[in-house]
Amino acid sequence: MVAELKQISLFVENKPGRMAKVSKTLSDAGVNIRAMTIAEAGDFGVIRMVVDNSEKGYQVLRDSGFTVSMTDVLAVEMKDAPGGLYEIVNALGDNDINVDYAYAFVTAKAEKAMLILRVDDIGKARKALISKDVKVASKEEIQRL
Amino acid sequence: MSGYWDPHIERMPPEELRTLQEDRLKSLVRYVYDHSAFYRQRFKEAGVEPGDIKTLDDVTKLPFTKKVDLRDTYPTGMFCLPRSSVVRYHVSSGTTGKPTVVGYNKGDIDTWAESLARALTSIGLGRSDVMQVSYGYGLFTGGLGLHYGAERIGAAVIPVGVGSTERQIILMQDLDTTAIACTPSYFLHLIEVADKMGVSIRDDTQLKVGIFGAEPWSLETRKRIESATGIKAYDIYGTSEISGPLFTDCSCKNGIHVWGDMFLTEVLDPKTGETVEDGERGELVFTTLNKFAMPLIRYRIGDLSIMETEPCECGRTHPRIMRILGRTDDMLIIRGINVFPSQVESVLMGIPAVGDHWQIIVDRDGPLDVMTVRVELVEAGFSDKIRDLLSLKKKVSKELKGVLNIAANVDLVEPGTIPRSEGKAKRVIDNRNI
Repeated sequence: MVAELKQISLFVENKPGRMAKVSKTLSDAGVNIRAMTIAEAGDFGVIRMVVDNSEKGYQVLRDSGFTVSMTDVLAVEMKDAPGGLYEIVNALGDNDINVDYAYAFVTAKAEKAMLILRVDDIGKARKALISKDVKVASKEEIQRL
Repeated sequence: MSGYWDPHIERMPPEELRTLQEDRLKSLVRYVYDHSAFYRQRFKEAGVEPGDIKTLDDVTKLPFTKKVDLRDTYPTGMFCLPRSSVVRYHVSSGTTGKPTVVGYNKGDIDTWAESLARALTSIGLGRSDVMQVSYGYGLFTGGLGLHYGAERIGAAVIPVGVGSTERQIILMQDLDTTAIACTPSYFLHLIEVADKMGVSIRDDTQLKVGIFGAEPWSLETRKRIESATGIKAYDIYGTSEISGPLFTDCSCKNGIHVWGDMFLTEVLDPKTGETVEDGERGELVFTTLNKFAMPLIRYRIGDLSIMETEPCECGRTHPRIMRILGRTDDMLIIRGINVFPSQVESVLMGIPAVGDHWQIIVDRDGPLDVMTVRVELVEAGFSDKIRDLLSLKKKVSKELKGVLNIAANVDLVEPGTIPRSEGKAKRVIDNRNI
């Protein structure tokens, strides 16, 4: 059984200073953000992020009064070349796996881009990607980045 | 089932109770006529004299009294005894005008404590209990009222009053509090604070009973409190004009027992002033049958409820009033439709994703009233998918519309955003300038 990568999601009202409060809380706790995205719906939104220590990040945000949840996601290495994304989503589509949302990031150390994926069947997605020789990063690898 | 404090009175056969009420009403009418220029004037205007009150049904010949009368005669114009007989004053805040003063002689204080002693016994409390009174002490009647009632049954009282919530939780643990009396919104706040301190009311305290009142609250809130903490939550009723908190439901939780030997309770159509049928909703009207410093005749208290006169399963024969549905003056009129905050509460508390604190904001957009209900999103309801959050909003809005018959905007806000209150919660912000 692979330990899945945990994404932190939190509910925030769309008003000045909320992002600052979130990032300060994490920074004070020494938690580093690897990747993040904001989905907004008018007067509120959801911040999703992958951090180096998700348990700690979850705990400090929760203690600060945020509505937080943890979600299993996949971090997939993506070739930094035309067709990089296609290769991944095609493998998923062929296997009837739906992508709920995705966001990408690049780190200085990594030679490839990382794609964070939230899918409806994480086990099946992992299998489909590995069979196409796509590298799925482990929780530890994300932590070490 | 719990025992009785005064079994003879509490289980008195209805006809006997009626006779007692009739005798007390007749002497009350004579008493106020003899002791108060205010009542003599009112009786004269209504064309009624003490001798006209021959049976209980004749009560409808008597004129009403209202809060405005207490204001107009401020401070003591409705007293029937000289100030030298008064042993206590309570004063209600004058949020909408002059304050109102209520006076008590020694017997009035005693009757008040007796009423609560019966009530507290009916929910299973007794001399081995420890009651934390977290209502305000002072001019407000909640603190001292419960204090005297709990002492009367021999319970130990912790007169902690409002605020210092962390300290309240520590005392609750250290002194083995078994019962707490406060507003329901304050208790919800206390649960939150305890949670932050790592204290579980269920596992780390001896609390078994909560006595909640001074603001309307719904059955759904009762269920939430009970399932979150494992305590039994009871409803307490009474206002300063008729003494203070006086009545609770009994352990059958089938309505609040209003002691018939102390009060004559009527339920009227607020518009016509006509008596409604048993079981019909209407405005509560109280006549105090054995209060002497400031008795009240047919006092229109402004609360809406339903009365049942069938004896309760617990064996008590006195009338019961159902959960207060709201106040005639709490009622909001939004786009011409009557809206009670209690209706909003009962919808919200039935939805698990919605937190315990909420607010109604009414604005005016051009000619149109716009109602917005702000609710806190709690972890139980948090999906990280936007469409789930949007459908939650839609669900709340739809359920509100189903009950209120008008559309309401719903704002999902972060937990802790809505102001907590230590006394009565401020649930409605009306920004309309009408």
